[in-house]
Amino acid sequence: MTTSSFDSYRPPDEGGRRRRRSSVRGAVTGAAPGGTGRPRRNWLNRDGGGTREAPAVPDAEFSSYYGRGIIKPVPWDYKIPAYLFVGGVAAGSGLLAAGAAATGRELLRRNSRLTAMTSVALSGAFLVADLGRPERFLNMMRTVKLTSPMSVGTWILSGYAAFAGVTTASEVARLLPLPERGVIGTLTRVLHAVDAPASAGQAFFAPPLAAYTAVLLSDTVAPVWFEARRELPFVFVGSAALASAGLQLVLTPVAQTGPARRFALIGVATDLIAMHRLEEHLTELEIDEPVRTGPSGAKLRLAKILTVAGGLGTLLAGRSRKLTVASGLALAAASALTRFGMVEAGIDSAKDPKFTVGPQKRRVRERQDQGVVDDSIVTVR
Amino acid sequence: MGYLARQLSGRTDPATDAGWQDAPDRKGFFTDTSICIGCKACEVACKEWNALPMDGDLDLSGHSYDNTGDLGASTWRHIAFVEQSQDRIRAARESGRRLVDLGMPTVGSPSTSPEPSSRSVPAGYGTLPAPPEHGGPSLGDLLAEKDAVENGNDPLSAGGGLGTTVDGAPMVGPLPEFRWLMSSDVCKHCTHAGCLDVCPTGALFRSEHGTVVVQADICNGCGYCVGACPFGVIERRTDAAVSVRGDGHVPNVGVAQKCTLCYDRLQHDQTPACAQTCPTTSIQFGPHEEMVASARQRVTQLHEQGFTEARLYGANDQDGVGGTGSVFLLLDEPEVYGLPPDPVCATSKLPEMFRLAGWAGTGLLAAAAAAFLGRRA
Repeated sequence: MTTSSFDSYRPPDEGGRRRRRSSVRGAVTGAAPGGTGRPRRNWLNRDGGGTREAPAVPDAEFSSYYGRGIIKPVPWDYKIPAYLFVGGVAAGSGLLAAGAAATGRELLRRNSRLTAMTSVALSGAFLVADLGRPERFLNMMRTVKLTSPMSVGTWILSGYAAFAGVTTASEVARLLPLPERGVIGTLTRVLHAVDAPASAGQAFFAPPLAAYTAVLLSDTVAPVWFEARRELPFVFVGSAALASAGLQLVLTPVAQTGPARRFALIGVATDLIAMHRLEEHLTELEIDEPVRTGPSGAKLRLAKILTVAGGLGTLLAGRSRKLTVASGLALAAASALTRFGMVEAGIDSAKDPKFTVGPQKRRVRERQDQGVVDDSIVTVR
Repeated sequence: MGYLARQLSGRTDPATDAGWQDAPDRKGFFTDTSICIGCKACEVACKEWNALPMDGDLDLSGHSYDNTGDLGASTWRHIAFVEQSQDRIRAARESGRRLVDLGMPTVGSPSTSPEPSSRSVPAGYGTLPAPPEHGGPSLGDLLAEKDAVENGNDPLSAGGGLGTTVDGAPMVGPLPEFRWLMSSDVCKHCTHAGCLDVCPTGALFRSEHGTVVVQADICNGCGYCVGACPFGVIERRTDAAVSVRGDGHVPNVGVAQKCTLCYDRLQHDQTPACAQTCPTTSIQFGPHEEMVASARQRVTQLHEQGFTEARLYGANDQDGVGGTGSVFLLLDEPEVYGLPPDPVCATSKLPEMFRLAGWAGTGLLAAAAAAFLGRRA
């Protein structure tokens, strides 16, 4: 609606949050016409589509090879983000279980231990199922390779699962009406004796289990994962804390969930701050599109909303069981969405050449402008 | 540099680092794309020798003559075809000149090159780059001769015809209206190979020739190497691959696959299939040092002829992957051919990543401890 005849000359209002315009577009200039792999203009890479200012200078175009990706995304499906989620739950539950065992909170200890065992078993199943040759899973155990986060992670997971097995057996022995004599009685007494050391072992392996998955993603060339390497470990440990604590808010009576509530709140704060810094960093590099838009961006936004809602609910629930359960579920869902969103964003960033070429060309330029010319892969002599 | 420090980045000899004693010379390719004719003999020879299945249906991509697409589990050599107009040729020539003027790393002294001002106008032939001296007659010379015969111009006299370049070579025409770039791409066999570093089973290994090879019977198909390759080379073979064998069997489905630099042939002192079959010597094979030397010689030759768009890719052992075993001579920016402009082996940042993850884990432990402190309900 025009109120003045001069209004039509004005550039459209800038709506929403102000964002630096990406200087790279998926334009194909080096190849034959019609070679673009994607539409040049759509709702994802809108140019002055009414809500944003029209570009004052044309975007710097880069060439791509018919719009094809330069790097290949990891061939992982939903099982890997699912693994990241249950692995985080296992890690956090192990810490809660150890704390509950040390402070005598029996229900919290029992539920956390059973949650930890279930989730670590599930995570192992997800990992094996995602292999191209699942029957060769044990080949992971033929070597220890410190340069491979997956090898390191496999050993962390194995160590964690071994201790979780012992604590779970000890818990099951307490739950079942077992005879006090004979072989079973001896076994029960042995389990009781190793309960505390196993609990400590589980707690020892829990933090690396929660944190290594960030390295697993970052040690790839997928631009979003690689460039998020400084923030992702903190996002993932925060996510592990709030997910495991959220599940205990659901499973365990309010009387014993005090530590879980505090653990959840620390997790919420860590997750929100780290995620914010991650987004800011990717924005600086102009590769934030996958974490802000599309299905992955939607998941991460919903995760943030659920994290805030779950955190507030945890803070304000008091003795209300219903509100506590709802908050716990929100937190667990938020963690799952964070994992799925981050994995999808990374895979998307690997598929589109603009996320590979753009940052790489810019950093080459920056180095050249600073006079550093000896570390370029392109040389003229 | 210490043994540990050079494992993840920087200049090093990969075979020695991998524990090989008395390793033979590091082997590699030099792919001179200026004389590639796009015949795809290398693709075919590679498929034949390594008994690779088809990638899928025989579709036409519509991308010039490239119906292969990219390197993958069943494509270990891939020829890129790029059609370019005069604007793009001029831009490529200018971007190459910019690199020359920047004083990129040189083996000789930069002062021996002519003053940039004396060559501010691209002094290129109106032709494609000529083959190396030993590779057959130069197209430029042929056209110059033709020009001399038809118009009576003596190509060697400075005043006649279109004149000469600063190096005294005859000019035979303006910038072409069009050019067709062809480049045979292959696994780079990086000095610091991301795929090799992250492989959790040890299926990928460094051979005594300094190359990176997959042991298909060890690989369990975790797919991690696929995401770790800065060049998008290695891939997990899916059941979409189509067998060309009589029994319809597709080997190694679900397993990561890539160029082995014909490890089996190297062990018998044979040339890899692609290099042996290349009819124009665009693909050369030999000791890595010799390949880099001949690449440098060739790019210097092209620059002297006025082709400032010529540049080397992977010949610098101080780049993000420590130099590549397969060196390329390109006639435009790397991304035009689908190559990354500044690849970095992700593992070079692994110490930093593990350190931060350590802090995050410690923080998690502290958070859990803090959560259990305080008043009992």
